[in-house]
Amino acid sequence: MTDAGNTKPAVAIVLPPAALKPIAWVRRNLFNNWFNSVLTLLSLGLVYFVGRAVLEWAFISADWRPVTHNPILYLIGQYPRDQLWRVGASLLLVSFLTGMSWGKWRGIMRSFALLLGIGLAILGIIPAGGQLGSLAVSVFLLTNLPVTFLGYLLGSRKFVTGSWVLGGWLISFLLIPFLLRGIGEGTMLPTVETSMWGGLLVTLILAIGGILLSFPLGVLLALGRRSSLPVLKIFSIGFIEGIRGVPLVTILFMSSIILALFLPPELRIDRLVRALIGMTIFSAAYTAENVRGGLQAVPAGQIEAAKAVGLTNFQTTRLIILPQALRAVIPAIVGQFISLFKDTTLAIIVAINELLNIGKSVLQSDVEFLQLQFEVYIFVAAVFWAFSYLMSFASRRLETTLGVGER
Amino acid sequence: MASSTSHRKSQDRKSIPFWRDERVLTAAAQVISAIIVIGGLIWIGVNLLEAAEQRGLSLGFDFINDPAGFPISESVIPYDDSYPFGTAFLVGLLNTLKVSIIGILLATILGTLVGLARISTNWIVNKIALAYIELHRNIPLLVLLFIWYFAVFNKLPPAKGSLELPGPIYLNQRGLYLSWPRLTETGGVFAVSLLVGLILAIITWVYLRRLRERSGRSTYFAGASLAVILVSAVLGLALSAWQPLWIDTPVFEGFNFTGGLRLTPEFTALLVGLVMYTAAFIAEVVRAGIQAVDFGQMEAAKAVGLKPMQILGLVIIPQAMRVIIPPLISQFLNLTKNSSLALAIGYADVFNVGRIMINQAGRAVPVFGMVMVTYLALSLITSLIMNLYNRKILISERAT
Repeated sequence: MTDAGNTKPAVAIVLPPAALKPIAWVRRNLFNNWFNSVLTLLSLGLVYFVGRAVLEWAFISADWRPVTHNPILYLIGQYPRDQLWRVGASLLLVSFLTGMSWGKWRGIMRSFALLLGIGLAILGIIPAGGQLGSLAVSVFLLTNLPVTFLGYLLGSRKFVTGSWVLGGWLISFLLIPFLLRGIGEGTMLPTVETSMWGGLLVTLILAIGGILLSFPLGVLLALGRRSSLPVLKIFSIGFIEGIRGVPLVTILFMSSIILALFLPPELRIDRLVRALIGMTIFSAAYTAENVRGGLQAVPAGQIEAAKAVGLTNFQTTRLIILPQALRAVIPAIVGQFISLFKDTTLAIIVAINELLNIGKSVLQSDVEFLQLQFEVYIFVAAVFWAFSYLMSFASRRLETTLGVGER
Repeated sequence: MASSTSHRKSQDRKSIPFWRDERVLTAAAQVISAIIVIGGLIWIGVNLLEAAEQRGLSLGFDFINDPAGFPISESVIPYDDSYPFGTAFLVGLLNTLKVSIIGILLATILGTLVGLARISTNWIVNKIALAYIELHRNIPLLVLLFIWYFAVFNKLPPAKGSLELPGPIYLNQRGLYLSWPRLTETGGVFAVSLLVGLILAIITWVYLRRLRERSGRSTYFAGASLAVILVSAVLGLALSAWQPLWIDTPVFEGFNFTGGLRLTPEFTALLVGLVMYTAAFIAEVVRAGIQAVDFGQMEAAKAVGLKPMQILGLVIIPQAMRVIIPPLISQFLNLTKNSSLALAIGYADVFNVGRIMINQAGRAVPVFGMVMVTYLALSLITSLIMNLYNRKILISERAT
């Protein structure tokens, strides 16, 4: 009796991890009662039929010619092909800076840099039609990876400080639009009107430009909303709630069409810039609400302590409140960037050639493509899905890294 | 003593120059910001008036009674192109409301189901829900709408080869044809008596519940209200000669279907896209809300002997609702605002009608103002109603 009592637990401890695992797992997670069993069988049927239909369609019946025919259209639109090197140089600059950020900050930047470099390299290797298939473009896409590593080597040096890298990013953001737009005829950089830009390039310009430009505006609005000065407060609340109460389409429509009426006739603004203004105004209202959350997270004791050591209001805000508040809202800002990235598709309504619009025009470019809406839009959806999913994955990792830094 | 403090005060005032006096600075900041904002608005207004004069634009609302002169593909109220602009705008507004309200209802149901699947212990159900959510949250709504409208609903067979679903429901290029119950001639009596019964049942419910709370006895309020509804329904049936409803089934005649309830492909595509997209977000809200209820609450409820349904209804749901409601409101608002994407697939919502009105009437500014104010009002009203409901939930928590 006592013997049996002694051996039984020993067996019980040894057995489960070894033999029973898969079956026990299936039983516990899929067939633990009759209701779950039925549910499991139904779900398996659903997965089987949907999966089979999707695979059969994607690999057998789908006609991917509108995508493979000229993939570079989806990347840069009608940008003159003899000026391709300017887009390439911008891309190399970004690769280099991403590499430097990787060397400087490690963590999430590493995955980001490697993903960018390897992704571009794969794009260079895969067989593709049109210009993207040419040797020069392939070689160029492949050089991005070594350039990233070069940036990494430089960035991991001791004498390169974080402000160098940040400065590099800032300069490149100012430089790239110039590089792409050009400075005039007869020079080395002939003008390329923004109406020629398109595809993923424009999508990224609208999203990145929108979030960067809206950030300072959003911070000011958030401070205004929390301000003790009634006039500032009312203006800020009015702006934030007014913008958040209407759809982005109406704001884009307003900035593209109605804005011209509000400005003196001699002031003509480029169409892409007008769309960017709309995106910025829209995004600023949401940034303001995110930053307000961060401001509320700063303990009141911090402000009292700052006052006690004799900092002025301005100094308290700049040195004590904002650094803590902004750090707390980084994940929220990344989330907002993702939704802004998705929202760039709405620019199609004001005739901007972003990714979705390129897809639409590819359909009309050839009689044989007219009926291939499913293929084209699924491809566009897949591109957006991949970008947004990777970004939200990155932001989840970023949240954990930030959490570690805060104990 | 008194003289010394007043002396020090005056010295203080003298020692702080006005550009460092906080009161002066705050006042100055407000005046300057007010001047900038109001100045900016005036500048815009002057430009607008100049532009209006130069291009012969009018800023008044006098056009509202002129005939609109354009057709609208679908309308809840009678409309054709001889009706005035004001009616056209109302048609757009009602279309927006139609798709938003039906969309909110369906999205809430689907979102709750997916959210519950997400917390299911069944591994495969859980992962299917996760796949659904990740698929919809990472693709722009407009791309989803393009897929639904251009790649699915426009690719359906013509009326002759319609897809037939049980119901019968027919699906073809011209839209979705549903069998729909309609009132017979005597059906009005039935509807009225059912409505009266419903009101009486609510009164019974509230009264008996209060009675129970006051007296502590069982008052069988649920059973009593149900009985009231049943009695009134039977009475209504009898009065309408047992023929209150007839089913209007779509029938294929000549080249098209007649009868039944027809939903246009634009409306159906927009509705399906909005519902499926918003449901993914609502699912996350529901999952987070239920997971926010502490596990100890359920154990405590079991320990005091509540039945499973009581645990769900009295312990879990009331607490989860408090977490769920605020983000749910913003999802409802998002759905309403997102319905403006109707423009891209040609559904005549308020924004789309407004855009056509701008072209027809040439009054960009007033029409656009009307559209913006409409959306703002919709947002404010929705959040007002939901906030009232939210407050009710919060107070009831404190009372018990």
